[in-house]
Amino acid sequence: MSHQHSWDRAVVESIAHAFKDKPGALMPILRRIQDELGWVPHDSVPVLAEILNLTRAEVHGVLSFYHDFRHEPPGRNVVRVCRAESCQAMGGVALAEHVKHRLGCEFGATSSDGAFTLEPVYCLGNCACSPALVINGELFGRVTPERFDAVLAALDEVSQ
Amino acid sequence: MTATVYLPCDSSVRSLGADAVAKAIVGEAQRRGLSVEMRRTGSRGLYWLEPMIEVRADGTVTQRQDLPSPPVVQPRGRRVAYGPVAPSDVTKLFDCDFLNGGNHPLALGAPEEIPYLKGQERLTFARIGLTDPVSVDDYVEHGGYRGLLHALAIAPEQIVEEITVSGLRGRGGAGFPAGIKWRTTLQTNAPQKYVVANADEGDSGTFADRMIMEGDPFVLIEGMTIAAIAVGATQGYIYLRSEYPDSLRALEAAINAATAKGYLGENICGTGKQFTVEVRLGAGAYICGEETAMLESLEGKRGMVRFKPPVPAISGLFGRPSVINNVVTLASVPIILERGGAFYKDFGLGRSRGTVPIQLAGNVKRPGLIEKAFGITLREIIYEYGGGTASGRPLRAVQVGGPLGAYFPESLLDLPFDYEAIAAEGGILGHGGIVVFDDTVDLARQARYAMEFCALESCGKCTPCRIGSTRGMEVIDRMLAAGNGEKAAELELLRDLCDTMTAGSLCALGGLTPLPVVSALKYFPHDFGLEADKT
Repeated sequence: MSHQHSWDRAVVESIAHAFKDKPGALMPILRRIQDELGWVPHDSVPVLAEILNLTRAEVHGVLSFYHDFRHEPPGRNVVRVCRAESCQAMGGVALAEHVKHRLGCEFGATSSDGAFTLEPVYCLGNCACSPALVINGELFGRVTPERFDAVLAALDEVSQ
Repeated sequence: MTATVYLPCDSSVRSLGADAVAKAIVGEAQRRGLSVEMRRTGSRGLYWLEPMIEVRADGTVTQRQDLPSPPVVQPRGRRVAYGPVAPSDVTKLFDCDFLNGGNHPLALGAPEEIPYLKGQERLTFARIGLTDPVSVDDYVEHGGYRGLLHALAIAPEQIVEEITVSGLRGRGGAGFPAGIKWRTTLQTNAPQKYVVANADEGDSGTFADRMIMEGDPFVLIEGMTIAAIAVGATQGYIYLRSEYPDSLRALEAAINAATAKGYLGENICGTGKQFTVEVRLGAGAYICGEETAMLESLEGKRGMVRFKPPVPAISGLFGRPSVINNVVTLASVPIILERGGAFYKDFGLGRSRGTVPIQLAGNVKRPGLIEKAFGITLREIIYEYGGGTASGRPLRAVQVGGPLGAYFPESLLDLPFDYEAIAAEGGILGHGGIVVFDDTVDLARQARYAMEFCALESCGKCTPCRIGSTRGMEVIDRMLAAGNGEKAAELELLRDLCDTMTAGSLCALGGLTPLPVVSALKYFPHDFGLEADKT
């Protein structure tokens, strides 16, 4: 089996053992793995199946069902842009185009330099301050292309 | 003397820079040697004025003689509001003696007197903006836990009776009477029962659940506890969407605080009754807001919709009887138990009783949260509260009830906000969201988006939803590309498809996706290149 990305098996095992006795443990386990690693490696599927006494198909089925779980490591920064109706009504479509252009990647992809992953999200509950997006976990409202560029510029300073 | 400054910690307000405003105020106060206590609260929901600060001076804080205008005299202890405040406004606010209610271009006077708030009937949202969201003492001081204490003093059947009398219906979207659900679970014998709060608030244009969880999480926890005592449940879950990290923090802090004070745990208020609550996160699947898909997800599975019957009230989470209610529904329970079902029922009309938190969003000048008795018209909401479009262009369409709700034209704005009235026009009230669009909107594009969203979020269990949504996108694309003489065949196909989805889908996702599509066709045929009489 080829390993495109290395991952820490011990982290996955310890999380699985810590949560396995909770009712409905698989969801909290996958969430914690992603919190720790930034993604859920496919090779963790048989590990989780073994520890939770599930089939690989069951684990894979859950992992692939939910939009949140990443199947590859994300870029150094993650940008999530709301694409739902309230943001659409306030210029969200144009903002999304601007963000794609600035980051140099499409939705669901990572820029070629690994700096940014761009993800769609369908409602952040920030509809009274549309359009909205999230940059590295921080929520922004009433976002204009100019405001997005300003936040991005501040990020560059931090990372250099 | 110390002045108290209140500023929301609500995530929407934080998304507008509230934390930087808080830092600027604390820093400026230090520089001036003034004593200021910064308290973070929930948001009043007047989002166009956010970040809105409120000040309560307990005496004279500064002794300035050179004020640009005389201070607004406020009775001691009353709050005065300023907004929207940017960090760059803070120095000037201090110069104007805002800590004593001084005049400033951003001064709004007493927050309760702002017409947007004054015209509301806040029952469920009464405390939000007043209290520290995670302080039990603050909660109790503002009337919290009176409903629970009453519930503990009466029989479970009487609790259910109060809920039934109140006429409370599910605020998540389905509008099912809460009393019937509770009675069913109460009357089902089982060794274990559950209370599940549905906090998977996925509809665009809605944020009422989020405001409650971030601004007054105890009111949800108290409502769940009352439900548990009524039906005999000992374990509760809050299924929270992962897009709400601030809600997670507030809920966990509130659960810990309530447990420490004996309002949750092994011996609730010394009665020997037991109830614990755990928050579980979703993972970005809209379908998990459907109650049976949510149960599957809580059980650690794919969020696939279940066949009903059995109803969850009899066989729900892990096959046990479960009360499942939306956050707003459960948060409306404490005041019903405190004031009585008849009190709550006096608000509203027809079969829509009580109050509803209306969430006004999209292209509107004054977006926000409006809690009103059922029956206010869409026009009053959008123009009197909302002030019309934010862009200043003519309003063209409003989508009521989330992504599965109908698009209504301007001519239907006199509809009352009421479950039955909106259903009669081919729409749904849903979770109470309204998204306003100006005349730049293309309803054919919105209709296509409705199908696209359904295709993205379908759980895949039933064919009309799984396949129909993709075929719907394709047929709309073909219709838009077709020449004038060729559209009729595609239109017929689209109508057939919508009929199949409506009648043949297992749940509301596939079953209601045709609503935005069919309403767009009906009221905005020109956007599809159709003439009105052919639709």
